[in-house]
Amino acid sequence: MSTRVTIIDYGVGNILSVRGAFDHCGAENVTTSDLSEIEKAERLVLPGVGAFGDCVGEMRAAGLVEPVLRFVQTGRPLLGICVGMQMLLDDSEEFGRHEGLGLIPGSVVAIPQTGADGQPHRVPHMGWNRLIVDPSRSGALLDGIDENAWVYFVHSFTAFPDDPSCRLADADYNGRKIAAVIGRGNVMGCQFHPEKSGEAGLSIIRNFLRI
Amino acid sequence: MKAPNLIKGVQLEGLRVIGDPHEYAHKYYLGGIDEIIYMDIVASLYQRNSLTEVIKRTCRDVFVPVTVGGGIASVDAVREVLRFGADKVAINTAATKRPELITEVSRRFGAQCMVLSIEAKRKPGGGWQAYTDNGRETTGLDVVQWAKRGAELGAGEILLTSVDREGTRTGFDTDLIAAVTSVVDIPVIASGGMGTVDHLVSAVKQGNCGAVAVADALHFARMTPAEIKAQAADAGISMRPT
Repeated sequence: MSTRVTIIDYGVGNILSVRGAFDHCGAENVTTSDLSEIEKAERLVLPGVGAFGDCVGEMRAAGLVEPVLRFVQTGRPLLGICVGMQMLLDDSEEFGRHEGLGLIPGSVVAIPQTGADGQPHRVPHMGWNRLIVDPSRSGALLDGIDENAWVYFVHSFTAFPDDPSCRLADADYNGRKIAAVIGRGNVMGCQFHPEKSGEAGLSIIRNFLRI
Repeated sequence: MKAPNLIKGVQLEGLRVIGDPHEYAHKYYLGGIDEIIYMDIVASLYQRNSLTEVIKRTCRDVFVPVTVGGGIASVDAVREVLRFGADKVAINTAATKRPELITEVSRRFGAQCMVLSIEAKRKPGGGWQAYTDNGRETTGLDVVQWAKRGAELGAGEILLTSVDREGTRTGFDTDLIAAVTSVVDIPVIASGGMGTVDHLVSAVKQGNCGAVAVADALHFARMTPAEIKAQAADAGISMRPT
């Protein structure tokens, strides 16, 4: 059985790596910015790299927001990656306030410039870090994933869903809690890059393909 | 690399062909390496980067971040290698000639993408001077000052290669690493000279680097990523296990 996945290409980010990972996991995949392709997709992936405002701006300019919202209403699965995950929320404060897709209530805010101990730490949060998976609410996307799996992050802003039950896994960055995986029904997102997170990342991709 | 081959030398000279770079990258990925760096060592000479083919192949079966360096001299050139699947670029020569390039790349693609590559050679009177073209061309820049300026201009990481130690297996230049890490707050990747895992431990503990780059020890199969990581973990260094 071949699973089909549609990767939204709106001109930002490293689409080739995302494609490579889905290919590797056996998914027949297309990258597209075609509105009708997006609406009739079996599964959607929304990548994103760079500034939130730029990404949302590109999506709007290409007329992609409405097709994605209509796709979500059908109950089929959507996975946002990195800024693609952040765009699922209501808004972000990165370089001024920008509206997101509003699929998961909440906001995207800057990672504090200090750790919980008040000592300055490095932002962006970049590199390998451990997930903290709560098995009681992790759901199908994290099925079988090690509770402390290492994954690869690159980000300066972090998502705060209003409803804590939307946080499927966190990461700890010097005492600051980072939403690593979020989800609400058929809408899911990873702050880290599953396509750059070794075998743990590929397992998450395979899980998404089974949802 | 000297396309299409993976090569390795001593002090960036006396190069030996090792094999197909993608095959090695894939083997290291399966072995649990955290990141891959591809350096095109003749690119600056010919003013182009010939690695796009190998990057394309790499992102089909290597699922860790990939940094590409060699001959990258403009925002357009950065866009090109990123489009083919690289995550970061390492820039040396072009940045020493036109430091604003660091800011341009950092603003356009994010600081996380802009790795400043520095080739350092000890000066007879003390300190280090920055070189380009595999330690052949001098820039007149003091390494510590240059690293500091690079960080201020927007570099997200520094790849710091000791030309003196490169390929010698005699250990990292920990004084050099410590001198640089004490003036910048971005991560420093130490490169050049790893003979044993103890060398890695000193680079991290005394030099305070965030990562080490290993070539010789892996390419000549003296160690595996798993062995290096297990020994480093025993020495109390926290990192992703294989």
